[in-house]
Amino acid sequence: MSWAIAEDRRVFACDAQAESLGVRAGMGLAAAWALAPGLQLRARDPAAERAALEGVAAWLCRFTPAVSLELPHGVLAEVHGSLRRFGGLRALAAQIRGGVAALGFSTRLAAAPSARGAWLLSFAETELLLEDAFALRDALERLPIEILCTSEEARVLLSRVGIRTVRALLGLPRAGVARRLGPALLEQLDRALGREPEPRRFFVLPERFAAALELPAEVEHAEALLFALRRLLLQLEGLLSARQSGIRQFLVVLGHRRLAPTRIEVGLASPGRDAGRFLELLRERLSGHALAAPVEAVRVEADRFVPLEGKTAGLFGDAREDAEAWHRLVERLQARLGEDAVHGLGLNPDYRPERTWRRRPPGEDRSATENLAFGPRPLWLVEPPRALEERGGIPQQNGPLVMLAGPERIESGWWDGAEIKRDYFIACSTNTALLWIYREPGGRWYLHGIFA
Amino acid sequence: MGRFRDGHRIGARLVRARSTVYKYSIRLLIDRVTVLPATLEDLFRRQRVWRGGRRAAIAVPALPSGFPVLDRQLPGGGWPSGALTEILTALEGGGELQLVLPPLASLTAAGRRIVWLAPPHLPFAPALAAAGIDLRNVALVRPPGRREVLWAAEQVLRARACHALLLWCREVRYAELRRLAVAADASQALVVLFRPLQAMQMSSPAALRLVLASAADGLDVRILKCRGPRSEAPLRLRVNRPVHALDRPSLAAARARDPVAQPCPA
Repeated sequence: MSWAIAEDRRVFACDAQAESLGVRAGMGLAAAWALAPGLQLRARDPAAERAALEGVAAWLCRFTPAVSLELPHGVLAEVHGSLRRFGGLRALAAQIRGGVAALGFSTRLAAAPSARGAWLLSFAETELLLEDAFALRDALERLPIEILCTSEEARVLLSRVGIRTVRALLGLPRAGVARRLGPALLEQLDRALGREPEPRRFFVLPERFAAALELPAEVEHAEALLFALRRLLLQLEGLLSARQSGIRQFLVVLGHRRLAPTRIEVGLASPGRDAGRFLELLRERLSGHALAAPVEAVRVEADRFVPLEGKTAGLFGDAREDAEAWHRLVERLQARLGEDAVHGLGLNPDYRPERTWRRRPPGEDRSATENLAFGPRPLWLVEPPRALEERGGIPQQNGPLVMLAGPERIESGWWDGAEIKRDYFIACSTNTALLWIYREPGGRWYLHGIFA
Repeated sequence: MGRFRDGHRIGARLVRARSTVYKYSIRLLIDRVTVLPATLEDLFRRQRVWRGGRRAAIAVPALPSGFPVLDRQLPGGGWPSGALTEILTALEGGGELQLVLPPLASLTAAGRRIVWLAPPHLPFAPALAAAGIDLRNVALVRPPGRREVLWAAEQVLRARACHALLLWCREVRYAELRRLAVAADASQALVVLFRPLQAMQMSSPAALRLVLASAADGLDVRILKCRGPRSEAPLRLRVNRPVHALDRPSLAAARARDPVAQPCPA
């Protein structure tokens, strides 16, 4: 299936498959359909374009803070200060190309000593990464003049007088060019050559993340969905690393055609910003249950960024790495088994056996609580207490039980409605198991623990 | 790392010495050099080769069990870490957990994390604390089904963030056990699997298998399988029982008496 974007009843852009059938940008829709009968059309959406561009800009902020948008389809980044850190211009360009491709966009890169110059060079036939002003001038002079022209009028005028390249334009008297074509053209050229400064408004990183992706076809399988989500998560990772922040949770919304969207909230045991980690958690969550309906759009949202410092390699030991691995393990287990299936244990200052312990989040809360002084307590607590059979007043569990110790009266909790009054005994069964049993005065016997 | 470089150098010399026909196979061999241990001592340390008749000579990474009688019988002198241990027991309440508490206490006290996976009952926090276990390093995982238990065990062992894993699984197939044993081998953790006594009849890839039976004044431990020679006779261990703490008539004495004739308290 081939795709094209339409604007004003004309093809604005098309994919490689449509292009191979002869469809070109600027072609009328009727002509395009005649060439490619199965052509799928979407109307151009400037808001979505801008959102995509901002996503790329946010991702680029990991390399430099000075990023600005060149609407409608360019992003400029000042990378001079970052070259050494990222291993030189070519290595940096390779990283950017790979990263943006992973976000799902194709790129045309160019680098030059001036912002406008780099922007113009990106229209050149070959990829130019220049660090030198002379090389820039040389490359600019060889560019076709159409790239500079902002208006159709100027283009027609220049082609009539036989000006084809920038070099030829620079050869003309300045005053005449300014009078006939307006000052904008020359100003652009001056900025490109670095003769005039170019003030730019820098892109400001958003406070929250929200990005959506419309899928080309409805998706029923989790794997295909993860592939699409990966792009959004990489974008999120870019924003987070630019802000030097992490998140504790994010929200994934799956849009269906008819049903209400499915919302999946994914929590992290410790703040993180690694897209691979997000994806792994999401994989566990998605593998757990089937999709309610085919998905046609996905959205990822995250806010409440928390500061996340970079990693410092420890000199001694790897306690922190250990903790990190532990957090990831807990996350993975919770994503698949449910939040409640994984927890830590803590003490609670209460004499009632059910309340002398409490659940606590695994690995998070590291506070210690004092153990109240008790008599012997079993290692296994049977929850809820199991009623024991009685024969002739003697509790039975694989035969009659023999009382070895007791009673220990536990009477507490009148203040919160869960009052208990029990006599606990240590009993021995015929197969020498030691059990912790109780009875309420005048009531029946219960098994509450096992001395394992 | 010097060892690997030596391996490479030796390998490279071999390549040069042999004819082209052998080059390919020798190259393969060189690739393996980086993963396989190079010296004999390494082989023994990693237990790829079993040497008969020398029980404690093998340096198995082990944790003292807290029972000197048992330590003397176990290869390495304690519970093996980085290997699967199976404990088979018929009953609940015979002191079977007491056996593993000392290493857990020392691990948690050192800040190592331990995981209880799918225990049959709730581990009671006050009793664990009383046994010297630092509760801050204890995590409880209770998966809904049998398959999730094995999945979780593998995740725990692969994450390398936990130093002891206790798990309970009633029915487990040989292939699953094998997977678990491989995961345990690749980890550094003490892995103890509790199974019912019936599993004794089935073969198991575990490095150490113990059968427990409760005795009148303690616990009888029989070593079913271990790396190295084993003693046939069961060991009698005096595990910590609550009755001793209470200074009451001992269990044996209580059992001698007629249960019905005993005056019922309360």
